[in-house]
Amino acid sequence: MAKLVPIPSDSLIPERDINKAPILECINLGITFGGLKAVEDFNLTIGRTEIAGLIGPNGAGKTTVFNLLTKVYQPTKGTILLDGMDTHGMDTIKVNRAGIARTFQNIRLFQDLSVVDNVKTAMDNQMHYNMWEGIFRLPRYWREERTAHERALELLSLFHMEELAKVRAGSLPYGAQRRLEIVRALATNPSLLLLDEPAAGMNPSETAELMENIRKIRDTFQIAVMLIEHDMNLVMNICEGICVLNFGRVIAKGSPEDIQANPAVIEAYLGKKKEA
Amino acid sequence: MSFLNFLISGISLGSIYAIIALGYTMVYGIAKMLNFAHGDVIMVGAYICFFAVSSYGLPPVVGILGAVVVCTILGMAVERLAYKPLRQAPSLAVLITAIGVSYFLQNSALLLWSSNPKMFPAFFTLGNAEAGEEVTNSLRLFDGQLTISYVTIVTIITCLVIMIGLMAFISQTKMGKAMRACSEDKGAAQLMGINVDGTISMTFAIGSGLAAIAGVLLCSAYPTLVPTTGSMPGIKAFTAAVFGGIGSIPGAFLGGLLLGVIETFAKAYISMQLSDAIVFGVLIVVLLVKPAGLLGKQMREKV
Repeated sequence: MAKLVPIPSDSLIPERDINKAPILECINLGITFGGLKAVEDFNLTIGRTEIAGLIGPNGAGKTTVFNLLTKVYQPTKGTILLDGMDTHGMDTIKVNRAGIARTFQNIRLFQDLSVVDNVKTAMDNQMHYNMWEGIFRLPRYWREERTAHERALELLSLFHMEELAKVRAGSLPYGAQRRLEIVRALATNPSLLLLDEPAAGMNPSETAELMENIRKIRDTFQIAVMLIEHDMNLVMNICEGICVLNFGRVIAKGSPEDIQANPAVIEAYLGKKKEA
Repeated sequence: MSFLNFLISGISLGSIYAIIALGYTMVYGIAKMLNFAHGDVIMVGAYICFFAVSSYGLPPVVGILGAVVVCTILGMAVERLAYKPLRQAPSLAVLITAIGVSYFLQNSALLLWSSNPKMFPAFFTLGNAEAGEEVTNSLRLFDGQLTISYVTIVTIITCLVIMIGLMAFISQTKMGKAMRACSEDKGAAQLMGINVDGTISMTFAIGSGLAAIAGVLLCSAYPTLVPTTGSMPGIKAFTAAVFGGIGSIPGAFLGGLLLGVIETFAKAYISMQLSDAIVFGVLIVVLLVKPAGLLGKQMREKV
């Protein structure tokens, strides 16, 4: 387990990433819906190749944080720096192209497209040919499509899904759909991958495989992964830094060991200890 | 032999419906709205082609291309100005707007080009009159028992080419895949870096470009051009799209062809006046049996 070294902005970054600029910095991030402060004063720094966890009880605002990072919601307060670049005013597409990709809590694949086409839709911005080249099948169309196809198969093979390439995505078994969502997100070439409850609905052996895969993604692509998860076994095993949200506020940050011992976290999850 | 004649003219009429229906079905599939102004884009296309050829003496090919270009731009402009601001609005508001745009286009045409019917020139003829050759507009087979006009042949071939081209475009290019992705889940598509607005705009562009071609073909077959020329074929094509399963491209093709053939047979064998009633009656029966249309996907309620 990487040792956490304190650095000024009260963040936790694995030692190997200390000398590199962080991939993500959230500074006083917040959003209000009407009068409700869904997320408030959210500060977080994620290192280049860190696997970070975002946990908290139901309704704590975890998915809202993801929606803020991907600009599904525009933050009403604070700053998001992606690789040092302010994402203020960017929309979802721009943020995606700048390097944030995500999966969804409830699977949102393009069900009627084949597995490989699902991956290729995510490479939209990496294929450079225009409508006419597409209609008349000019050389550039073939070249770009072939490159994309090969890359899609390569990504699929990482999860041993290459032989499923032509299958309709909606007909895949549940676990494979979850894997495909991750592959699709990876196809956009992210530098930060957001996974929203990747282990939801998985049995222990599938979860173990998922943990391997998340580590493999980090090692192969050298990117940062941030995940929301309720499976504490998974979180404590693979996350290097954990951030705990409750009622839209960060109540604790630290290594898995710190978090497990943190009284505020225990209180948020289990309630207050009765005074004797 | 008359049966064959009716069948061929039915397929030809159906091909026109199919081309128009593609515009309805694509826009519905991707933007989830009914673009009732689509029929009037046909009319605009026909007028542009008419003026290019009859008033400016341009060759028909230039006239058709001009119509396609103008309608493509018109379609994108309508989407940008009228529908895009309503992207988040309830579908009823969008529907009313579409009807409004339809009236706007009809009345603009009335102001610009008056209600006097224009006789659409015949493009699809063989033989050069100036060289003293006989000018024919149809093919006679079996000692004149079977007459097929060139417009019919051109229409059917055009429709087939468009269908095959469009299917290939949708299934094999990145824009086509982006369209299918948007039709399933716009939010997810956007998060995968797909430009949803651009994709919707392109859908309107393609649909309207096809409408222009349909307009030229329609007016070549039925050469009276007035500002309301587009509305009845527009409604019939919408019916065809629903018939085949709205949102489905092969459905639009099948629905269009069937509708054309049924209409022609109803006119020929049952009653001229009742033909429309019969067409819509068939639609009602089909929808009672298969509410999603012939090739439509059964919608699952999201829980």
